[in-house]
Amino acid sequence: MAMAMTALRREGRRALLSAPSQSAAMAARSPAISQPEIAPLGARSISTQIVRNRMKSVKNIQKITKAMKMVAASKLRAVQTRTENSRGLWQPFTALLGDAPSVDVKKNVIVAITSDKGLCGGINSTSVKVSKALQKMTSGPEKESKYVILGEKGKVQLIRDSRKHIEMTVSELQKNPINYTQVAVLADDILKNVEYDAIRVIFNKFQSVISFRPTLVTILSPEVMEKESESGGKVGDLDSYEIEGGETKSEILQNLTEFQFSCVMYNAVLENACSELGARMSAMDSSSRNAGEMLDRLTLTYNRTRQASITTELTEIISGASALEG
Amino acid sequence: MLRHAAHRLASRAAAAGRGSVSRRALATAEVPAEAGEDPAFLEAWKKVTTIIEPPQTPLAAMKPRPPTPASIPSKLTVNFVLPYKSEIDNKEVDMIMVPATTGLMGILPGHVSTIAELKPGVLSVHEGNDVTKYFVSSGFAFVHANSITDVVAVEAVPLDQIDQSLVQKGLADFTAKLGSASTDLEKAEAQIGVDVHSALNAALTG
Repeated sequence: MAMAMTALRREGRRALLSAPSQSAAMAARSPAISQPEIAPLGARSISTQIVRNRMKSVKNIQKITKAMKMVAASKLRAVQTRTENSRGLWQPFTALLGDAPSVDVKKNVIVAITSDKGLCGGINSTSVKVSKALQKMTSGPEKESKYVILGEKGKVQLIRDSRKHIEMTVSELQKNPINYTQVAVLADDILKNVEYDAIRVIFNKFQSVISFRPTLVTILSPEVMEKESESGGKVGDLDSYEIEGGETKSEILQNLTEFQFSCVMYNAVLENACSELGARMSAMDSSSRNAGEMLDRLTLTYNRTRQASITTELTEIISGASALEG
Repeated sequence: MLRHAAHRLASRAAAAGRGSVSRRALATAEVPAEAGEDPAFLEAWKKVTTIIEPPQTPLAAMKPRPPTPASIPSKLTVNFVLPYKSEIDNKEVDMIMVPATTGLMGILPGHVSTIAELKPGVLSVHEGNDVTKYFVSSGFAFVHANSITDVVAVEAVPLDQIDQSLVQKGLADFTAKLGSASTDLEKAEAQIGVDVHSALNAALTG
């Protein structure tokens, strides 16, 4: 009888090996349902190898996403202090010049700040959506608007349908830690190569670790600024200010615009970096939580499958033995 | 599937964040008093799309500035900001002296509204009997009608942190470079170096 049992067991294992493909497909399709399926003669039960492989990969994913969350959290701490310190930088300019987001000019330039790396939730898509809406808003029969894109993710999304509107793209902004000199050089580059009457900068402002608000800052060229201030527009009483400093008023205004642009860009790039890290933290957090849940479900399936196959084998052996006894 | 879950979380969080942003009423001397958002902008935005929420503007994120008072206030409120920190934030002082390109300028409460471009030099803040001196690299100073002064500079160091010997050495280096400069760019760079270092020298000695 012992020989019969071992023979049956060997037969069962051979059948298992021969019919893994069907059971694999079955297991892949519905891991929650565990039942011995109709298989060629001699097959005993579903292979647990498939479920085990899935469990291993899900566990790895969980580890990776948890590690990414930790990395993002530690980077965020460092960048957040610098961002908060730089928040005072653009306020004097807005206090002086006001803000005119609805200004109507011929040459608009939209600077969209996005991230280079992915896996950071929806912040890049939000920025791109807002930029596209802005572009529709500011283009018309006599006016045009062009893009300057910072970051790979924005470039990839905008190049699909607005390729001819893209004036300039910049990537690898965060290879070295962000500092004012680097951003000032970049701002200078943009101002030199792009003709503009108004520049609109779009970025995600960091409000808290889970909340980011798309923000729009408008910077007018010196000529437009003079025109607006003379016509009594939003620029406020720029005329009432005495200009202290050497040459003509327009030269001072030119310097002022360039300085304002570099300060605004510095703050914008920092805020966007903070938002990116915060978004990545929450995305990776929910990923690892999902992976954990999936792992629990797979473990249950695995155990059920394993126990079912053991039960089946036992039943067959016992029924075979009792049949032999007669 | 993981991406969708993350996206859902992010959009839920963003919606929560959007709901909690408050709109502050603004009343400043410069900008006409209105809510933090520009109504014309919101109008134009709604024409383009109603699904996407309009972006925030800086006015909504700033603390409102006080209006111009009727009489000259007794103290000057100073904001001195650098890219990496706010050195002085809303401090009430008696007087500040800024190194404008036209020379050292003193600003007292009630000073006329001015935009001044700064050259490398010493900025001193006078509060009662204390004087705090900084060497600023360059920047802008705005004096508003409501006796608030904003100084924005690229770099500033308190005077006691500057090393005299290094300044002398730098001055000598740049003067030599100026002498041997060939292209316009090199000449400009060397000239800037000479200006900054002589200003540093003057600040330390004077």
